[in-house]
Amino acid sequence: MSTPDAGARELTMAQAIREALAEEMRRDPAVFILGEDVAEAGTPFKVLSGLVEEFGTDRVIDTPISEAGFTGIGVGAAMTGRRPVVDIMFGDFLGLVMDQLANQAAKAHYMSGGKLRVPLTVRTTLGATRRSAAQHSQSLHAWVSHIPGLKVALPSTPADAKGLLKAAIRDDSPVVIFEDKMNYQQRGLVPAGDYTVPLGVADVKRPGRDITVIATSSMVELALAAAAQLGPEGIECEVIDPRTTVPLDAATLVASAQRTTRAIVVDEGHRRYGVGAEIAATVAEGAFFHLDAPVRRLGALDVPVPFSPALEDLTVPTVDQLVVAVRELCDRA
Amino acid sequence: MTPARGAADPSPLARKRARKRPGPDWLRAYERMLKIRLFEDRVNDLYQRGRMPGLAHLSSGEEAVAVGVCLGLRDDDYITSTHRGHGHCLAKGAAVDRMFAELLGKAAGYCGGKGGSMHIADQERGNLGANAIVGGSMGIATGAALSSKQRGTDQVAVCFFGDGALGQGLLYEVMNMAALWRLPVLYVCENNLYGEYTPGTETIAGEALARPRAFGIPAAEVDGQDVRAVHAATGEAIDRARAGGGPSFLWCNTYRYSGHHVGDVDRAYYRERDEERLWREERDPLALARAWLIGDGLTTPATLDQVHAAVTVEVDAGVAFALEADYPDPSKVDADVYA
Repeated sequence: MSTPDAGARELTMAQAIREALAEEMRRDPAVFILGEDVAEAGTPFKVLSGLVEEFGTDRVIDTPISEAGFTGIGVGAAMTGRRPVVDIMFGDFLGLVMDQLANQAAKAHYMSGGKLRVPLTVRTTLGATRRSAAQHSQSLHAWVSHIPGLKVALPSTPADAKGLLKAAIRDDSPVVIFEDKMNYQQRGLVPAGDYTVPLGVADVKRPGRDITVIATSSMVELALAAAAQLGPEGIECEVIDPRTTVPLDAATLVASAQRTTRAIVVDEGHRRYGVGAEIAATVAEGAFFHLDAPVRRLGALDVPVPFSPALEDLTVPTVDQLVVAVRELCDRA
Repeated sequence: MTPARGAADPSPLARKRARKRPGPDWLRAYERMLKIRLFEDRVNDLYQRGRMPGLAHLSSGEEAVAVGVCLGLRDDDYITSTHRGHGHCLAKGAAVDRMFAELLGKAAGYCGGKGGSMHIADQERGNLGANAIVGGSMGIATGAALSSKQRGTDQVAVCFFGDGALGQGLLYEVMNMAALWRLPVLYVCENNLYGEYTPGTETIAGEALARPRAFGIPAAEVDGQDVRAVHAATGEAIDRARAGGGPSFLWCNTYRYSGHHVGDVDRAYYRERDEERLWREERDPLALARAWLIGDGLTTPATLDQVHAAVTVEVDAGVAFALEADYPDPSKVDADVYA
């Protein structure tokens, strides 16, 4: 578990992201931001407020509503000495940029025999329950996690959001970061000073002996709530956040499952063919002979996200669902 | 509506620079065009003899566009290329032997054999890669131009694409931004009349040149079989880009002698043999160049024959090198996925 240093301050995730960007832009003149409404508007979520005042419109660049175009421009700029941070306002818009991400950014280094580099960071969002309906609520991190050449990060805390973003900007490969829109105002301790969270290192958010709960993004908060509820019942959950799906810290996940002998994965992507399925398979393969129960998954219902609150809330994993599933796995149902 | 500045109306600065620019080495331009022609002939031969894995898209007939454009570029200027990209790569100065090696999937190839015909990149000469997605590199070229501007260099980026790529929406997104931000990029459309197996008359509505002009991008139409005309039009566009004048668009009328790819030999269903014969016999960029090089007294038939002999030797040696070269070590299969 990461321990914030003495100078840690409480920040929202939005503040932590803004701080990461400002620090990296001060540190490296090659870093710039490209996207819709990133300058004076500071994005609809106000994550970038204040950056254009410090860095000017040459480095915080408002684009037309042309996701494929400005992502492609980001790829070309990255190939030629810049470190662009491209802002895709909603993860749902990845459909518009997939050629630039999957066919261009992801493959340039490999196809060129290692000569071209694409140090591109793409920031985008995931997560339902904002009553935004089917085209502004998806969690599509499985799409990009499937493509070799892309790295994928999903911060669950302000401290991780800052450290992962700084690591992504310094990485020479393209990295896609998914931030849960519901988490921007979540508060947490953020270490003072310059630090990065390395891509590919899972974090044990709560140690426990009875079951391994692997959770991503905002599902970590949900997993910690379930763990708090289950503790008094005598079920100690070990909650692990992989923090990046690519590279995936399989060793930490498998070692935990081998020790606890039970595992469940909670991820907000669709359950079918998703990140949860991949992580569950990784754990099942690696820990099979230690397991006392099948590895389970909780994910979003395999339906488009509905608008009506009465329906939308049925599509995402809940604390209650996780509590029930953990009890079943631990034979306490 | 403000009329777009056409290539016929260059800025005073462009005119001044054009006067100062030294004349190109036309014999070298001819040599490059010939190298492309002989290279492509050997690619077709390797395919037919079953010595080349996969397919290739030949650029024979389009040599004057690649060479005429690249003649005006520096080594540190950028280009992005297409699936029909051997000519652009050679015109930018790539070596024949390493290109053949790449086409045969050999370790000595430009990309270690991982890219093949459609993905040759040559970063040392600013070639950011051929691209197997039609129009796929338009963002990359425009981004390279943004990068040049941000870094305060006077490098320009040239984006090659075919008339088939006019159907891709990405072009209009990036031209819009290039015009808004006055980026030093030149969009070069090689109009070879066919997008794969379909004539442009069936796929392009209205005036193609009205499209860039609608963004305020100066656009010029040029005879793509005349290397001098291509070079002249490119020179004005490049001067304008280097001077901060923003993007330009060049529409080069040219012709693809071969099919869409080496396996496309039965073409009667989409174009007439007579059409192919007319372009080969009357509009061949090499024959045209040869005629005026000799006619203007810039060279002699004997010199051109020597050039032909030298390029033949170079191309033969390149093929031999590639055939002899080793395949990549199996350990390379998962190398270079991440930087």
